[in-house]
Amino acid sequence: MLYLIYLYTHILLYKKMLDRIYNAQNLIDNACKRLRRQINIMEVCGTHTVSIFRNGIKSTLPKKLKLLSGPGCPVCVTDQSYIDIVLQLADRDDCLIATYGDMVRVPGKDGSLETKRTKGNVKVVLSSVDALQLAKDNPDKIVVFIAVGFETTAPATAVVVKEAVEEKIDNFCVLSGHKLVVPAMRALLSGKNHNIDAFLCPGHVSVIIGYKAFAEIVQDFARPCVVAGFEPLQIIEGLAEICRQLAAGKAELKSVYTAVVTEQGNTAAQKMIAKYFEPADGYWRGLGKIQKSTLKLKDKFSRFDAFKRFNITETPSEDTTGCRCGEVLCGLIEPPQCQLFAETCTTQTPVGPCMVSSEGTCAAWFKYSRERKRD
Amino acid sequence: MCLAIPARIVELNKDNAVVDAMGNSFRAKTTLLPEAKLGDLVLIHAGFAISLVDEEEAKKTWELLAQIANFEETPNKVSG
Repeated sequence: MLYLIYLYTHILLYKKMLDRIYNAQNLIDNACKRLRRQINIMEVCGTHTVSIFRNGIKSTLPKKLKLLSGPGCPVCVTDQSYIDIVLQLADRDDCLIATYGDMVRVPGKDGSLETKRTKGNVKVVLSSVDALQLAKDNPDKIVVFIAVGFETTAPATAVVVKEAVEEKIDNFCVLSGHKLVVPAMRALLSGKNHNIDAFLCPGHVSVIIGYKAFAEIVQDFARPCVVAGFEPLQIIEGLAEICRQLAAGKAELKSVYTAVVTEQGNTAAQKMIAKYFEPADGYWRGLGKIQKSTLKLKDKFSRFDAFKRFNITETPSEDTTGCRCGEVLCGLIEPPQCQLFAETCTTQTPVGPCMVSSEGTCAAWFKYSRERKRD
Repeated sequence: MCLAIPARIVELNKDNAVVDAMGNSFRAKTTLLPEAKLGDLVLIHAGFAISLVDEEEAKKTWELLAQIANFEETPNKVSG
């Protein structure tokens, strides 16, 4: 009897979930019929791209709804010059490189961190705390923390800089590659070739910056901005909300990721970013120079700033490999349109970062899309 | 890097926590979430708790629901 009740409640739950999926799909279908033109929605975050593929969401959407991949993969948007700087530092005998796993296989001019690893001075860390610990454990080496990530990850870097300052851990420094999402969205909308109608906004960046951060995109560019989580139901409901707005001729700010995203965001984390970093102009792969779009350590923390410590400047370099990651990141082409895709550039032999990163669009297409090459 | 997972705080000493996600325990910092308490469900990213997870809201979402169901089945490990 208990089992029957258990079964019944689960069936009700399934039904409830299915109803929500059908409602969302109806909203999407109706919007497409009503608007009678192609709708282009940019999914900013690489993790959305992967989730959309993994859950087979594309095949459930009408043909007129096109999903564009955006620049929301921090490893992918890191300029080639930053990567080459990391490899130069890895060559130094006095340095230990502490990096998040995703950066390890990104190719530079002279191999990758993976090829440098044989020297024993490249350590993969899961947290900035581990990078600082590495410095404490190795006082005779300078630990350089390869701090890549958006606003989701920058506060974690700020926390360890604080600890390094307080405990005077002088053999620790940060090579900040942190970037800000909203300036990149603005840059995309200010570009000439874009056809973006709306944004599916990143879920976990929004946990930190609050969904209010996208208000300026809605106000200045009249594009719907909807924050969604990464589960399939979240994504479908996020897309449905965007379609509802487009069909009604509206542009609004909304979040469906109510479990963890608030309007204000995590103010403690925002304060940490503001205390240790300041916005600076920086180079993004594919987007070029964007004003006030990167985070650099404030001057009073120069001691912990690897750029200052080793007297390095980032100068953007030309990519001669034929890699078209830049265009993929702006949603201008899809990976199969790149000559290298699935030919010389595969997940085993990546040419560009979009094929390396677990959030990379090219990697997602390669792994999950059957249509490998367009004719 | 949007990868983040929900986990339950099972130990807490200042800003050093041990969290449990689907039976796996690991360390995390609550420096960015000073209001976090023992027993709270939080979102972990790169070793830090970045948000509380509203369990009522999370229950409306499919996969989070499945994960929470796992928590309810796991024996209570809360100490102190």
